[in-house]
Amino acid sequence: MKTLFRRTIMAGAAMLALPLLAAAPARAATELRIMWYSDANEGDVMRDLLDRFEKANPDIKVVLDRVPYKTITDNLPALVSSGQAPDMARVTDLGGQSSYYLNLTPYLKDKAYWETNFKDVLPWVRPAGETDGVYGLMTQLTITMPIVNETLFQQAGIPLPGPTATWDDWAKAAKAVAAKLNVPIPIAIDRSGHRIAGPAISYGAKFFSADGQPALVDDGLKTMARKIYDWHKDGVMSKAIWGSVGGAAYRGANEEFSNGQVVLYMSGSWQFGQFAKTVGDGFDWHGVPNPCGPAGCSGMPGGAGLVAYKTSKHPAEIGKLMDYLASEPVYAEFHARTLFLTAHKGLMAKGISYAADKPQIKKSLDAAFANVKALSPVAFQLQGYRLNRVLFTPLTVRLNQAISGEMSLDDAFTRMTQDMQDGLKAAGAK
Amino acid sequence: MRAALARLIDWPFEALQRALGAARMPYVFVLPNLLVFGIFVVLPMLLNIWYATTSGAELMPGQRPFTGLANFAELLDCGNYLNVASCRQDRFWRSVDNTLWFVAFQVITMVVLSLITALVLNRKMALRGFFRAVFFYPVLLSPVVVALIWKWILQPDGVLNAILVANGGQRVPFLLDPSWSFFWTVVVSVWAHMGFYVLILLAGLQAIPPDLYEAAAMDGTPQWRVFWRITLPLLMPNMAVVLVLGLIRAVQAFDEIYVLTGGGPGTATQYIVQYIYETAFAGQVHIMGLAAAASMLVGGVLLVLTLLQLLASARAKQ
Repeated sequence: MKTLFRRTIMAGAAMLALPLLAAAPARAATELRIMWYSDANEGDVMRDLLDRFEKANPDIKVVLDRVPYKTITDNLPALVSSGQAPDMARVTDLGGQSSYYLNLTPYLKDKAYWETNFKDVLPWVRPAGETDGVYGLMTQLTITMPIVNETLFQQAGIPLPGPTATWDDWAKAAKAVAAKLNVPIPIAIDRSGHRIAGPAISYGAKFFSADGQPALVDDGLKTMARKIYDWHKDGVMSKAIWGSVGGAAYRGANEEFSNGQVVLYMSGSWQFGQFAKTVGDGFDWHGVPNPCGPAGCSGMPGGAGLVAYKTSKHPAEIGKLMDYLASEPVYAEFHARTLFLTAHKGLMAKGISYAADKPQIKKSLDAAFANVKALSPVAFQLQGYRLNRVLFTPLTVRLNQAISGEMSLDDAFTRMTQDMQDGLKAAGAK
Repeated sequence: MRAALARLIDWPFEALQRALGAARMPYVFVLPNLLVFGIFVVLPMLLNIWYATTSGAELMPGQRPFTGLANFAELLDCGNYLNVASCRQDRFWRSVDNTLWFVAFQVITMVVLSLITALVLNRKMALRGFFRAVFFYPVLLSPVVVALIWKWILQPDGVLNAILVANGGQRVPFLLDPSWSFFWTVVVSVWAHMGFYVLILLAGLQAIPPDLYEAAAMDGTPQWRVFWRITLPLLMPNMAVVLVLGLIRAVQAFDEIYVLTGGGPGTATQYIVQYIYETAFAGQVHIMGLAAAASMLVGGVLLVLTLLQLLASARAKQ
């Protein structure tokens, strides 16, 4: 009886100890968490690359927390400000919370590699006043540009406007196509200040005063804003996009474009992968050169960056992971499989073999590269400005109020300036 | 066995009673609730006051500079309160204006419809249980689900427009026209919440002694007079509850409307809670001081309205 009792106790103890022993190596591994959003397949590609990293570094486990984009824009900032940030996150508001980013420099193997290849985009993620240091890795370089439904142009028998066509030329052509084929939306523009900024720059908007201070409203911006306002009045643009939501909410026209209801969609290069999937062979679509104005044919650069936060307890492991993801073969593979434009200078020179088997993807990527070359310096300055959304948000909110008939366009311009000043004041901008 | 269990639970309380004395024991029993109330209600209220009297975009209370009543002054800075365009924070006043109209239409519609529905469902009729469940069902749905269902019905390519077009009509911009959007936010809100108020009124109707109706019937009293002289006065306490709860809930309207219209077109359906949310959280710079001050103003107005309602219902009872 005594032996039986002792055996039972020992068996119980062994059963309790086994899971603890089994968990021991797992507990030893460092866990990194990345908050990640996806537009298309980039989450899957990243997971694949991370699996390989984990295999080569069994002491590091990387958890990819996939979240909707809205979580990145609305919830992540609150988490970061309250000290609850994940180790890393994929963000598009690159400079907005840069004061919380971890300076990766001490943890990287070869800072010179980063500085050589990411020279133009490193300042986008640096905190205010910082001129040195690596604070993040661009996972995607984007450019805002129009995407057209070429099949509609062919069916209407109207030629596509040429590479130097103005916004007015495109509006006229798109309206003619829509009228002929009874398509509901000639031109759709994402409901976002960032999307209007490129066309506004083409019409002479500067966004900054001569002394470098933010200055939202000038003649260039007024000209483009008035066009968008008029286009809503005369049916070139549909209120279904800008009018269907309020405030600063983002609204795209992806669904409408995929359903063949839009002739020209002003969005950006990040849509290529998605449209390749959603449109398929439904119709011919592709990106086109940014329409021109008197000051150029500019879009807006942008993109998403992978950043780490100071609150992370594993900066060394983050450095290791960032080095892996930034290494030329891995970085090239990520971009080739996601059809993203690259921010890597070496790869830009060499070219990336994109996994694009469709002619519309190839055509779109060619147009995107041409659009990158045509970017105005103002566009780079605006994108690199840490508080650029303080300019974009009033542009969206107030222009939308004017379009809805709540205020005149002139009142909207006055309010835009006031909102921008309020935002800058609250952010403590000098 | 039961006694042993009681002894097991008793001993810590006996020890506490010996230490604190019998008079203080009630506080021990209330303490868990007080803690929950303190942490989740009182503390956030105090924090809200601190945010309302500080400025900047920092989240941590200690990092925010004290600015006194500056946020309130900014919100209340208006050339003419009847002209929102003259106000410094015009979006706040537009939201207030929208909310007042929404509350007026939504609460009146809700109370009247709930009362009629409760009166009908209180009658002896076939499938009464089924109909009661039908009216209560929307209350069980998540606000997001409610909004998505209605969006599917009302959008330009939605079910309602498809029916209109199929019958030779024109598409109607239900969610793109300011007046239509406002109308539908009222309808959706009433549809989603009415079941709850019907239930309260139904409980009140069933508590009215049937002998009063029998006496009225014997006297040959007309139905409208029975309703006016018996049903309505005896239902007043429940009506007061419905009014107060409906009013508070209407001012708090946010989730289903945010998903349905996003506050648009323009700011036509942007109500006060959405203004507070967007000011505090949606922009790149979170202007939490202004949002907290706005929420305090709204809280104050709600408190006054509730007290007035309670006062009115107390007078009605007398």
